[in-house]
Amino acid sequence: MARTGDSVPVVVARSEDIPERGRTVVEVAGQEIGVFRFKGKLFAYSNYCAHAGGPVCQGMLIGRVIELLGPDKQTLGDRISDTELHIVCPWHGYEYDVETGAHPIDASIRLRPYPVYERDGQVTVEL
Amino acid sequence: MLGHASQLARRQELGGWFVADVDAWQDPSGCWRDVVAGYEDDVMVHNSLYRGTEASTRGMTQYVNDALLHGYDNYDLFGRIPHHPPGKPGGPASAGELIEAATAAMDAFGVDVQVVFPSTLVNMGRTPLPAGEAQVISAYNRWFSEAVCAAEPRIRFLAHLPLRRPDVCERVIDEMTGKPGVVGFLVTSLRYDRVQDNRHMRLYAKIQEAGYPLAFHGGPSWEEPWMRTVDELVTVDAVSAPYPNMVHLANWVMSGMPERFPGLKVIWMGGGLAWVPFLMQRLDSGQLKRTSEAPLLTRLPSDYMREMYYTCHPLETQSPRMLRAAMEEICAPTQLLFASGWPQWDFDLPGSILGLDFLGEQAKRNILGETARKLFSL
Repeated sequence: MARTGDSVPVVVARSEDIPERGRTVVEVAGQEIGVFRFKGKLFAYSNYCAHAGGPVCQGMLIGRVIELLGPDKQTLGDRISDTELHIVCPWHGYEYDVETGAHPIDASIRLRPYPVYERDGQVTVEL
Repeated sequence: MLGHASQLARRQELGGWFVADVDAWQDPSGCWRDVVAGYEDDVMVHNSLYRGTEASTRGMTQYVNDALLHGYDNYDLFGRIPHHPPGKPGGPASAGELIEAATAAMDAFGVDVQVVFPSTLVNMGRTPLPAGEAQVISAYNRWFSEAVCAAEPRIRFLAHLPLRRPDVCERVIDEMTGKPGVVGFLVTSLRYDRVQDNRHMRLYAKIQEAGYPLAFHGGPSWEEPWMRTVDELVTVDAVSAPYPNMVHLANWVMSGMPERFPGLKVIWMGGGLAWVPFLMQRLDSGQLKRTSEAPLLTRLPSDYMREMYYTCHPLETQSPRMLRAAMEEICAPTQLLFASGWPQWDFDLPGSILGLDFLGEQAKRNILGETARKLFSL
């Protein structure tokens, strides 16, 4: 995501500190921010869950659970998606899509995003 | 895990408010050897300790019906909600550690007083041996009062009653009245006892005379025949957790207990609030048509229900419109008690109440602690 308006850029990590499907959680200027890498891109969110303020970015990272149906609509069981990655808040289990920050069944429930980019091996978040 | 809870408590300026958490959970299993020492039955003591390991001190399922059987060990959502206790007996290894854990949570949440519920005893009403339940419950009550509450005045509890043995219940009331930490008496609702049975009337009169409230604590049950059709805990919890309280409350009201014991305050704990208006509507609708089936009633069932108390955990906050309606029906400003349910998967913070815009400040103060202060003489 490109730099925006009056925001203040802060280097929060080295690129190598955030592997694919990994994350780091930092506190800068009194703000707790989680930075994630998925499908090669970076995403950054406030570490306060939209539900009740839990430390969401520190929760489990796991693919979305999907249920497979056969052509006759019979269930074929559950699978963990490898194309949709979720952060799960450890307080109450609220899940958020890493790419959008939104809850999978109610998109109005979403994490506050931060602009984030990397350059020359450094990851920068805009406050 | 609770760092954000402390931040929220500071930001919400809870320091100036009296906050009572009326339903916080602790697992006493790690201290069970100390509880067993209080059994009055030597055979039970031997049977509980013969294997010599901590795990065996709970006396196996004959004496303490393990609430952790039957799928409940997945309440942590397979690791997603790590603060929910693990699916096996555990918890603090001593009364001192239990006090530490409880006070740490209180301090993080901004809570002044905590009424503790023993998580692994929620299923005591379905142990195979009523005499075993009576021994366990009596010993637990004594241990908790002497080892925990006497050492930490911020921790209180509702002394449990082994309802299948009314004779022992009366002894418990005599023994526990005035003891450190006791703020009332409690029946675990996961049981098949008829609360309206004639055998219990002396017991209720005794509690009323002692001036304590009587609480019923619900819980989920995957074992019930209907629930065996269910595939996931979310449904088990949503449907079955309020169910025991619904049955006992309906029995309580329709058999005229509020008329027989008008001074006995009753509290319904667990299962949230959404079930209460549902039951009000159903009982009122039926009672107006089948009045002769509940001849002691002089008012609508919902009128009696509005004079009872309810704990909020787990609060159904996702629809403010429906929650507001439920709170209006139960007269929340005077009848609702804050309960965190910590460390369960669906715990509530004081912020769950503070964030409700449709409540005024005094109503929030009442719910968060002032109503409990009066009810329990805190």
